Amino acid sequence: MGIDIRKIDEIIERYDKSEESLLAILQDFQHTFRYVPEEGMKRVSEVLGVPESKIYGVGTFYKALSLKPVGRHTCKVCTGTACHLKGAHTLTDIIGKELGVEPGGTTKDGRFTLQTVNCVGACALAPVVMVDDEDYYEGSSPQDVLKNLRKYK
Amino acid sequence: MVNRKLQSVAALESYRAKIAESQKNEYPVIYVCGGTPCLAKGSSAVAEAFKKEIESQGLACKIELRHKVTGCQGFCSKGPVVSFGNDIVYLEVKPEHVPEIIEKTVKNGQVIESLGYKDPQTKKRSASFQGIPFYAHQKGMILKGLREIDPFEIDDYIARGGYASLAKAFSIDPDKIIDMITESGLRGRGGGGFPAGTKWRSCRAIDSEVRYVLCNGDEGDPGAFMDRSIMEGNPHAVIEGMIVGAWAVGAHHGYAYIRDEYPLAVKVMKKAVEDATAMGLLGKNILGTGFDFDIKITRGGGAFVCGESSALMRSIEGKVGEPRAKYIRSVEKGLYDLPTVLNNVETWANVPLIINNGPQWYRETGTEGSPGTKVFSLAGKAVNTGLVEVPMGTTIRELVEKVGGGIRSGRMFKAVQTGGPSGGCIPESLADLPIDFDSLSKAGSMMGSGGIIVMDEATCMVDVAKYFISFLAEESCGKCTPCRDGLPRMKQILTDITEGRGKEGDIELLEELCDVLSYGALCGLGSSAPNPVLSTIKYFREEYEAHIRDRRCPAGVCRNLVTFHIDADACTGCTLCAKQCPQACITGERKKAHVIDQSRCIKCGVCRDVCKFDAVRVE
Repeated sequence: MGIDIRKIDEIIERYDKSEESLLAILQDFQHTFRYVPEEGMKRVSEVLGVPESKIYGVGTFYKALSLKPVGRHTCKVCTGTACHLKGAHTLTDIIGKELGVEPGGTTKDGRFTLQTVNCVGACALAPVVMVDDEDYYEGSSPQDVLKNLRKYK
Repeated sequence: MVNRKLQSVAALESYRAKIAESQKNEYPVIYVCGGTPCLAKGSSAVAEAFKKEIESQGLACKIELRHKVTGCQGFCSKGPVVSFGNDIVYLEVKPEHVPEIIEKTVKNGQVIESLGYKDPQTKKRSASFQGIPFYAHQKGMILKGLREIDPFEIDDYIARGGYASLAKAFSIDPDKIIDMITESGLRGRGGGGFPAGTKWRSCRAIDSEVRYVLCNGDEGDPGAFMDRSIMEGNPHAVIEGMIVGAWAVGAHHGYAYIRDEYPLAVKVMKKAVEDATAMGLLGKNILGTGFDFDIKITRGGGAFVCGESSALMRSIEGKVGEPRAKYIRSVEKGLYDLPTVLNNVETWANVPLIINNGPQWYRETGTEGSPGTKVFSLAGKAVNTGLVEVPMGTTIRELVEKVGGGIRSGRMFKAVQTGGPSGGCIPESLADLPIDFDSLSKAGSMMGSGGIIVMDEATCMVDVAKYFISFLAEESCGKCTPCRDGLPRMKQILTDITEGRGKEGDIELLEELCDVLSYGALCGLGSSAPNPVLSTIKYFREEYEAHIRDRRCPAGVCRNLVTFHIDADACTGCTLCAKQCPQACITGERKKAHVIDQSRCIKCGVCRDVCKFDAVRVE
């Protein structure tokens, strides 16, 4: 997959040239490319003067970053305490069955990545599903969640 | 629109007077809740409907009638919430209610009781904050701002007395500010309850040219959303607190570290920092006093351990967020090994109140050892859930039964879990315990950042312990052995117990592992990890024993140990369970008893949860 090196530089340009900017740059890669590309890590290493090994360390430590492309949409099932008590795992199973993926997996057509996350802080909606970090769905009726997921193309 | 820098304290005061004058309304302002749960329940459509109705009636040009979207108004389970400054609050508001609200409440000051809260017992309605038990038993020192302020408008904050404490602080000697914080008894709201004044003083005492002030907004505890709501709803209160703190300790740079999972909080805080900088409340020469202070926003990377102070600092530096040993104090060697004060979001939001009203005023609320209020996110199986604020020392029972309205579906109140994965479970028998830092620690739990999860009789305590240990095992950074290897071992034992493979001696082995972990782990994540296990063993040992000896899960949760069946006498044949069953393995004719096909049942418990007649039995 070809990654536009100009886009990479554009992102790096937004920040101070210090190690402090590393996490933010990698997060912007994640948002733009839907993963942290190897070319990007190399470029960051050159510009910030941080060894590639350290960048790889940061890239694999934080859950918000992924070295493999994620789907066009991310479906995050919250497994926080309140959601756990109200059946988040059953909900994950049902969504996983519908999408044909395990948590952490991406659908073959690249439409969805299914993830379980710790807590999205919307406990009153428990069990809650968050799509693309924007849309929240109350999951007490799994069938309604599935209906909503079909809207994402 | 922010357009000019305020050059002095006097300029701030005259600007405030000017906005307050322009905000004077003949009609009450309509506050539409813009908290996440309300948004998910359609509050945007409600706000839009208000806008349209105001426009179509031509009210906007004739009279100054405003509606605005605020931060979380608290009553999440009954959202969308719409309120008016004058004590009226409507719940579960839909766009179709808007014309009636404009006509009756806004224009004529009438209360529409039918949009208020319906008491489940008495069936009486109330649309006043004082008449709704959920609100009546709270004390909104921190949350008041969330209910009234448009978080995207700095003017709105200033009009309500915002940045007054900063103006006041600049006229007080920094050492005196620290005295005030110490006298107020303010303790860190992030969990540990460390006295804020002591922390500030130690940092100030270190001889260094550079010091840092940090805000911990990495609210990682599952079941906690207080800090998120405060950042989203009243960001300037946090920023104002940080500037006062920076003035007191002599810091010129600050960082707010915010969870990546909270995109709205990041957006609101960024905007607030920009606006405050544009107004001359942050940056160089603040209010013409010659004092410099700036704040950078750092997004977290989705690692729970980064809520730990030393890991958070490493993460700000752009490194892997691993904690270090506790004997190195961050007030001496914190961010970039320089003196640093780190407080959590809610702690910072308390600072302006203390400076404005004085430490004695602050001490009037709460208990001797834990003054002030505490914001909690009340979640789980209570009837009313949401964001609540009560004085320290309120009992668990008051919180669950009065504010929370008791347990859903008339089930029995079994326990509360406080403090997230580092906290523990407190049984109903101890529910008269006052909630403060010291009482909760004594009971084997901890205050934590303020998540309160209410549990009913259908909650298995071994499963809860397994849940938290699995969480922590996943989140362990792997630096120290007790945590990296101890937690997976504990998880394995707990999994065995919940899946029917438990054996005699397992409980004792768990206790031993807990002991090693609490003494041997490097940071707070590991050393407090035993709490969920030890507290459930202490108060619910018989549940562990039932799993191990009788291969039975008394709460009916552990899938391998239970079967679900429908009591033919109690079943009315309403078909609700059959409709909701994800396996479609419940069959039966309408108005006749239904049956579960055991071969396909995945024991998810949905049927039991939806049944209105308590006909689903678990054995």
